[in-house]
Amino acid sequence: MNKKDRWAFVGMGLLIAVFPGVALNVKCISHYVDVMVFAGIFSLVSLGLCMLMGYAGQVSMAQAAFFGIGAYSSGILTSRLGWNPWMAMPAGAGVAALVAWIIGVPALRLKGHYLAMATLGFGVIVHIILGEEVKWTGGPSGMVDIPGLQIAGWKLTSEVAWYYMIWSVVFMALLFCLHVIYSRVGRGLRAIHEEEMAAESMGVPTACYKVQIFVFSAILSAIAGSFYTHYVTCLNPGSFNLMWSIRFVLMVMVGGTQSLWGAILGAVLLTFAGNEWLQIFSDFEILVYGAMLLCAALFLPGGLASLVPKVIGVFRNSLTHLCKR
Amino acid sequence: MQEACCPELSSILEISDVQMHFGGIVALKGIRYAVPPGIIQALIGPNGAGKTTLFHCISGLIQPTFGHVLFEGRQIDGMLPHKIARLGISRTFQHVALFKSMTVLENIMLGRHPKTKSGFWATGLRLPAMRREERKILETARYHLDFVGLGDSANLPAGTLPLGKQRILEIARALATDPRLLLLDEPAGGLNIRETEVLGDLIQRIRACGVTVILVEHDMNLVMEIADRILVLHYGSQLASGTPMEIMDHPAVIEAYLGGG
Ligand SMILES: Nc1ncnc2c1ncn2[C@@H]1O[C@H](COP(=O)(O)OP(=O)(O)OP(=O)(O)O)[C@@H](O)[C@H]1O
Ligand SMILES: [Mg+2]
Repeated sequence: MNKKDRWAFVGMGLLIAVFPGVALNVKCISHYVDVMVFAGIFSLVSLGLCMLMGYAGQVSMAQAAFFGIGAYSSGILTSRLGWNPWMAMPAGAGVAALVAWIIGVPALRLKGHYLAMATLGFGVIVHIILGEEVKWTGGPSGMVDIPGLQIAGWKLTSEVAWYYMIWSVVFMALLFCLHVIYSRVGRGLRAIHEEEMAAESMGVPTACYKVQIFVFSAILSAIAGSFYTHYVTCLNPGSFNLMWSIRFVLMVMVGGTQSLWGAILGAVLLTFAGNEWLQIFSDFEILVYGAMLLCAALFLPGGLASLVPKVIGVFRNSLTHLCKR
Repeated sequence: MQEACCPELSSILEISDVQMHFGGIVALKGIRYAVPPGIIQALIGPNGAGKTTLFHCISGLIQPTFGHVLFEGRQIDGMLPHKIARLGISRTFQHVALFKSMTVLENIMLGRHPKTKSGFWATGLRLPAMRREERKILETARYHLDFVGLGDSANLPAGTLPLGKQRILEIARALATDPRLLLLDEPAGGLNIRETEVLGDLIQRIRACGVTVILVEHDMNLVMEIADRILVLHYGSQLASGTPMEIMDHPAVIEAYLGGG
């Protein structure tokens, strides 16, 4: 981790820590704590996807499917088989990891964007299975009465408790990712992104690294799915379709593919957009997302994260101007 | 810096009947050559002779259509490039292929990849063994940084260096893998006279460390000054080979170089 990241980490930590205190005291935004729980859950997905897109240079269109695998594993194992949620979570992550590995090994051996295509197909298959396997998944009507989470015998019931729990997890995941990026493996990943042939010639096992990152992104998605399940305590297959996979890709792109901070920013922004601000568009939501994707790609290729240093620069300049006067 | 190479072996690299076809184009028409260890072997020839293609075949970026490449007696054609790098072959690129947004030091640190092993989970969790290894990587990278004389640019993004320093950095990155065989593809391309002198000096220091160097170069002054042996390629075939003296007086070479324009 470099100095900038350390400051960003502290700054964001403070922001996240004080947010409920502010939001709960202002009536019209008090439900934002709830939205932020979802934002935290989706941040886990976008962090993993950001590692894949920004550092391994690959796109996955199946993050919603991995999210669904995690969600339904938790749902089925806890409500049908009576497992402890904290046991069901790694089980779901394990299934997602195995599946990602099976898809990733052949798709990532090949050069180019075979992973995007393979995951596109896989996402559709998972969505269909979730809708058809009525006996286990409840089919199109989904599952209800899934237990909530408990930490050391203490039930997580309030939104605020969930908020702090999930954002702690997000920070741990972020820390993990930052450690990877600023290390041997991360240098290898960044090298792949810049000059794949040179990276391979300098001893970086490029295909192997891509598979690892893909598996990692699937694990994070599945864990996010488990949290989601226990937070909403009911499931329906609609939350795990292609549209959601696109939304996850969009989160990363809006935030900035090369920035883990951007991935979180994008997740928060799009969660608020989806849950709050874009409700009026209802059926045309997808159009709005399309437009956002287009704008991000055309006008802000570095994502919102690339704006932050600029904003800070402007701020600094105007501050020095003021001081001089 | 290097482990001693097996002394009984008379050649570190053996190219046996290597052919490379690109569709209808035959870029290499059966090269058969052995490079003795510990020397600077120059590889020269006009544009399109197949020099870079031969480097790609040795480093595994492409598979020869026919023939084999043996490194220290072991067949390496068909292996993936990162495996070949692990065995002890490293290289630079004709069109500088640095990781431009990474710093100079990070570029060299990346070169330690074949000699280190911390994996994804170990780095994410910052396990003690990984931290120790990371410190060693930094230490070794600094050594190579100083060895090539880029100490004052350590924290600049590699892409901001002038071309001369970029070429030197590429060599440092390759050296960081602890190669026993180093392939340099036109390292003096785009360098001025002063920079070329420094480069020549560096290549000789690399040989002094026991590293065998294969040098593709158009700068004949440099080649004649530092090469121990020269192989001349011409349209994918071997035209001549020998010491610089022999090559300078070789009628076929004079014909190819002067007769051709
Ligand atoms: N990937 C490829 N596809 C098709 N033809 C290729 C490919 N790579 C090289 N060639 C052809 O092979 C021949 C040898 O090219 P190569 O780059 O090895 O020459 P070179 O000796 O390195 O030349 P230079 O001095 O210009 O670098 C050329 O005719 C080139 O057009
Ligand atoms: Mg060439």
